[in-house]
Amino acid sequence: MDMKVAKKLGLKERYSLMTRDLAWDTTFHKMEDVFPQTTYEGIKIHDWDKWEDPFRLTMDAYWKYQSEKERKLYAILDGFNQNNGHLSVTDARYINVLKLFLGSTPPLELMAARGFSMMGRQMNGAGPRVACQMQAVDEYRHFQTQIHSISNYNKYYNGMDEFAHQQSRMWYLSDGKSFFDDAITAGPFEFMVAIGFAFEYVLTNILFVPFISGAAYNGDMAAMTVGFSAQSDEARHMTLGLECIKFMLEQDPDNLPIVQRWIDKWTWRGTRKLASVGMMMDYMLPKRIMSFKEAWEMYVEDNGGSLFKDLARYGITIPKCFSQTIEEKEHVSHQSWIGFYMKPEATPFHTWIPTPDEMDWLSEKYPNTFDQYYRPVLEYLDQQEKAGNRFNNKTAPMNCQVCVSTMKFNEPGDPMEMCFRESIYNGEKFHTCSDHCKEIFDNEPEKYVQTFISSHQVLQGNCEPDGTDVNVPDFKPGQNMLDYWKLDKRALGDFNGSEDQKNFAQWREQATKN
Amino acid sequence: MSNAFIAFQKNDESRCIVEAIIEDNPGAMVVDQPSMVKIDVPNRLVIKRETVEEKIGRSFDLQELQLHLITISGHLDETDDEFTLSWNS
Amino acid sequence: MAIDLRTVSITPLRQTFGHLARRMGADKPASRYIEATMDLQPVENFHYRPTWEPQYDIFDQTRTKITMKDWYALKDPRQYYYGAWTLARGRMQEIAEGDFDLVDEMGLAAAYPAAGKDEALKVFLPLRHVAWGSNLNKAYVSSYGYGIAISQAACYASMDQLGVAQYVTRLGMAFNDLDSLADAKAAWLNGAEWHELRRYVEDLMVEKDWFEVLVAQDFALEGLLYPLIYERFNEKLNAAYGPVFSMLTRFQREWYGETTKWMDSVLKVAGADNADNKAQLAAWIKHWRDRAVVALKPVAALAFGAEADAVMDELVQNLNARAAKAGIAL
Repeated sequence: MDMKVAKKLGLKERYSLMTRDLAWDTTFHKMEDVFPQTTYEGIKIHDWDKWEDPFRLTMDAYWKYQSEKERKLYAILDGFNQNNGHLSVTDARYINVLKLFLGSTPPLELMAARGFSMMGRQMNGAGPRVACQMQAVDEYRHFQTQIHSISNYNKYYNGMDEFAHQQSRMWYLSDGKSFFDDAITAGPFEFMVAIGFAFEYVLTNILFVPFISGAAYNGDMAAMTVGFSAQSDEARHMTLGLECIKFMLEQDPDNLPIVQRWIDKWTWRGTRKLASVGMMMDYMLPKRIMSFKEAWEMYVEDNGGSLFKDLARYGITIPKCFSQTIEEKEHVSHQSWIGFYMKPEATPFHTWIPTPDEMDWLSEKYPNTFDQYYRPVLEYLDQQEKAGNRFNNKTAPMNCQVCVSTMKFNEPGDPMEMCFRESIYNGEKFHTCSDHCKEIFDNEPEKYVQTFISSHQVLQGNCEPDGTDVNVPDFKPGQNMLDYWKLDKRALGDFNGSEDQKNFAQWREQATKN
Repeated sequence: MSNAFIAFQKNDESRCIVEAIIEDNPGAMVVDQPSMVKIDVPNRLVIKRETVEEKIGRSFDLQELQLHLITISGHLDETDDEFTLSWNS
Repeated sequence: MAIDLRTVSITPLRQTFGHLARRMGADKPASRYIEATMDLQPVENFHYRPTWEPQYDIFDQTRTKITMKDWYALKDPRQYYYGAWTLARGRMQEIAEGDFDLVDEMGLAAAYPAAGKDEALKVFLPLRHVAWGSNLNKAYVSSYGYGIAISQAACYASMDQLGVAQYVTRLGMAFNDLDSLADAKAAWLNGAEWHELRRYVEDLMVEKDWFEVLVAQDFALEGLLYPLIYERFNEKLNAAYGPVFSMLTRFQREWYGETTKWMDSVLKVAGADNADNKAQLAAWIKHWRDRAVVALKPVAALAFGAEADAVMDELVQNLNARAAKAGIAL
């Protein structure tokens, strides 16, 4: 081929030469031995070359753009830290958002990094393999920049210092851990639907777009920079998830029922996981740009709706849980916040009762539910707190065997009735929080009987501080949970009266006077 | 009809990109939020390299969008000259 | 309210995270590498066993014969977390871009002697497939390796090899020759010179012990291949025809020089942990070194003709010396 032809190569041809043309079918070993994981889930792929590459970044362009992003990001972080940027956030309650974020998000990004590395090894096709590898290395970026951005806050505020220890131990972090453990232990195609599609395409917008915009609105330039910068990679990740769905559906009609079951399952699992994001948006941001409900409508109902309408041409239907998520969008953030408020001795972040004008904002944003169901509870809790009788639920929670959320969601159609479901497997009873979690359990009971539920494990002596002898005669399990969690007492309970509150006020005072 | 959308971090370059989008996509709706800007277009949103170059006053590689993007919605098709998001519905 | 927050001098409550203070033995500020790496991979309370390999936990120390008292002792001397790595590669790609542009602008490829071009391309271009195989094998290490110290370094190295495969492809394109890329692929698949090397790379694609894959791919194979091609062969071409290929493979040379520091440190630390490790590493190195020599000899013959054996012997001596320096007696 002559010079002109080589020069004229378009983006697609050039990218193809730079990726799939590098690949070959192995002959010393069978391809199914080199890529042993892509058949057992029942997904049929006839031609991996039909994969359409979404973004076409070669490594040189990747390094060029990513290094520019990183240079900017760390320059902003350094500046923010050098200028005591933590004192410029709206009010110290905001910092509790970061505590919840640090505990729940970087550990999941890490699992995404490891999971996509596995996909980047296991996918037969060169196209998806490269895209998965690129996502894997991006996910390293995400958990690392998140930790780096919060590192400076950890120096001044309580409750962030033991996130690495707590990631596998804290009861309320178990929902996210089970989500990613579930995905990574599934086969590669289910992982792609779970993380690439349901999580990245349908759900992360909620976490990173309105919530991070909210962080910016509250003066946290560090979180804003990290969040938006991560989200710029997310756009690539979303297209990968969507492409993978289309690819499976186009390859064989037999793939449809499998993919549909996974979409149903993971849309629901993701919805449960996001309940705590709702409470961050509605209750924990001192200045709010939009309610969780509004964000849900914009990014899940409208955007997800567009997506499912589009996929209808392959026979995909809207996930079964969709109507329930729409009903729940007016409830979950309130139920979550009240649930956490009631456990003041078991979280490394503070809780509080919203101020009267914050309650009015909630009334306005949730006209169908807040005044009717949640304001009375919050006002009652407030009175009790002021009367010196702060509510404190000391019992171990009951958890869903699938999503591991504490049982706190209502019966569909009846906000006053708590929802419980149960299944029998091998003569043993297992509890779930909803019809959708029950269905997930019933589809794969042999998997979900394994779920590590700390309120069960603690009774078996499996949640004790390192070095505890559980075989001594008078051993009582679960007496040392704070040590097991390495939970700093200063980080517990009410924001009002906390060390964070006092320090922040005093440091701000110092900043405004001589 | 579904909206395709794209959102950018607010900065000088993305301001030019947004101007280009508005010019090339009649019916574009711009939503301003803290530190970000989101543009919705019914069904199909296209970013043309030539228009961005005109606004920004230099040559522009559409892959530079990577630097400012926050999120997208729609099927993506990327060539040297156009970056397109669309829904089939 | 405009306040000058910079002037506030406040005393931090702590200097770093708890897990890092315990690891460092003191509450002192930790580097970004340490913050981004240490003790982050989950080690306990996994919810489910992998459906694809139920005999293992999600992350499982028994996936390799190597044992470590502390997997985070396998630190990267380059201290590469994502930001540091991508900035380093960003600089290297900028230089590479300059080199490719210069060759293009000055017409250096077109002016290169035809005999030299043929001699060079038939050696260089099939290596894009070797790098692609290396990308896959390193992805295995980063997927199933234990602890973030090793998994992230392997992940970056895996992406580096994708970059190498693409730079070699661009090298072919710089000489305006898509046909020679196709010829190189045919040679890789069917040519006798490449047969043993392809066997070596493919054998690693089914090897299950990730540490063995690391030793075989990164230390034994690349420890011979990179100096053979990107140093010696380039020197030969430079002397005979001019330095264009040296320019267009600068990335590979720099990468190798830098990455050996990491690899040698991994070997040294793993070997120092216990005697069984040391013996195992020695056995792996000997086995894969000897196989790599078999795999590379025909390629060396292609590049060096009659001098091939002498060049290979010297490179094997150098590799043995690296192992010895890392405390692994062969």
